[in-house]
Amino acid sequence: MSLQVAPTGPADQDGVDTAPLALRGLTVAYGAEPVVFSVDMTVAPGAMTAIIGPNGAGKSTLLKASLGIVTPLAGQITYWGDGLARNRNRVAYVPQRASVDWDFPTQVLDVVLMGLYAELGLLRRVRPQHIARAMACLTRVGMQDFADRQIGQLSGGQQQRVFLARALAQHADLFLLDEPFAGVDAATEEAIITVLKSLKDEGKTVVAVHHDLSTVDTYFDNVFLINRRRLGEGPVSEAFTPDALQAAYGGRLSDGLIAAQTG
Amino acid sequence: MMGYEFVALSLPPIVIGVLAAMACALPGNFLLLRRQSLIGDAISHVVLPGIVVAFLLTGTVAALPMMVGAAAAAVVAVVAIEAIRRLGRVESGAAMGVIFTAMFAGGVLLLEQSDTSSVHLDVEHALYGNLESLIWLDAVGWQSLIDPAALALLPPELWRMALAFAVVCLATWLFWRPLKATSFDEGFAQSLGWPTGLIGMGIVIMAALAAVAAFDAVGSIIVIAMFICPPAAARLMTNRLGTQVAWSLAFAVLSAVLGYVLAGYGPLWLGYSASVSAAGMIATISGLILALAALFGPHRRA
Repeated sequence: MSLQVAPTGPADQDGVDTAPLALRGLTVAYGAEPVVFSVDMTVAPGAMTAIIGPNGAGKSTLLKASLGIVTPLAGQITYWGDGLARNRNRVAYVPQRASVDWDFPTQVLDVVLMGLYAELGLLRRVRPQHIARAMACLTRVGMQDFADRQIGQLSGGQQQRVFLARALAQHADLFLLDEPFAGVDAATEEAIITVLKSLKDEGKTVVAVHHDLSTVDTYFDNVFLINRRRLGEGPVSEAFTPDALQAAYGGRLSDGLIAAQTG
Repeated sequence: MMGYEFVALSLPPIVIGVLAAMACALPGNFLLLRRQSLIGDAISHVVLPGIVVAFLLTGTVAALPMMVGAAAAAVVAVVAIEAIRRLGRVESGAAMGVIFTAMFAGGVLLLEQSDTSSVHLDVEHALYGNLESLIWLDAVGWQSLIDPAALALLPPELWRMALAFAVVCLATWLFWRPLKATSFDEGFAQSLGWPTGLIGMGIVIMAALAAVAAFDAVGSIIVIAMFICPPAAARLMTNRLGTQVAWSLAFAVLSAVLGYVLAGYGPLWLGYSASVSAAGMIATISGLILALAALFGPHRRA
């Protein structure tokens, strides 16, 4: 098994030094089974990128490995050409909604305030300006009236919006979202995409694991296709092709469906 | 006379019981929310042989050797579970079950076979505790509470339990945000760069500290109720973490005080001559509180 990491040369390797997130030769295994195999990825700054691939293709694992949540077997991960440790406060992560216990005794506002924990540290007091900032983030996702609700009382879509508000509170430059549209209502999907597009307009970079092929071209600028290996990357118009989808999904999508998705 | 009796015979056990219940309830909140409540059970079982061996080697029930013995036993347990899981190809639940019970049984046998008559440590004591024996014979009444000479002769278990409670309190206060964020959303906490594995380990260490310190007072079985019942009842009273922790401490105090008083005087009121086990009654009361919270708590789940 050869795990070649791209050599570090003096020149900017394909925009690695400016890319908000760049992966070279990223390999992740659970046990003996590699889930992500020698993947290169270069995230374009100030754009919205969809990570697309079938179930079990390693999409979530790719995000988690990028953030150090799972430890990769091999590979190089850079944020703006530097290590994660130096850029943590510029990166916000929105995990899958299903990954947390929504019965946890906490209020909506508390969850959003967690977005300020990196800034507040262990003991710095939560001051009115912090509350105001958290409320502004809730307003941005249309959840300002739910600040005092217990999180378990929200619908799935409302929970997802609270998660997005927490990420907004982090004042990050790069947003990594794991299936932000999974199991949400139409109003939430609309609210989330509006916020993500406004982030892009502010010059932020958005990367989202996405599963709904029919919305890729309206929501995103770029796609990254993965099925354990990288199968394509680039602007939607170039990389989101029937051939690439066929390669990513194998026989799991009918030709007619692929043709319909990619127009 | 009544004052003397209370201060000498009842006050120290009540204070120790209250401190033990609170020290266990604090980490118990996080164990509960992380769905790891039975870790308290596991700890209290696994550490028994370590405590007994430490006692046999040093001949005292001093705090430090007991903690070291308990820690060593915990390490042995982790290694043994992993070994059985790998070598025996058994699922981890089965491996844990075998090791917890085997180590606990080993501790009981060690206790039975060893000569522990010089110091008060026997099987019954190890299982159910002996809160009633932690008395303050040098007290002459309430005035002893301000008499340094008499205070110095308070049962050492009281200071040990107070220290353990202080450590657990301080750690909970200091690491409140990591504890909260990690317990709610581990992936997010990791994305902040927080060492969530270490935080999880820290909760278990706090629980172990409380369990070992409370060993004398309430034994290694009944301590389990102190980990689970007050936080579980508190969860049904509120939807805020801070309020839940406050409720759990209140329930811990209530069950310790009420349990001790009922164990000591309840049977007399009912016309029996002997009192019953204080630790047993404390666990019973905490269970009753949980039952009441489950029936009438404002935040029961439908």
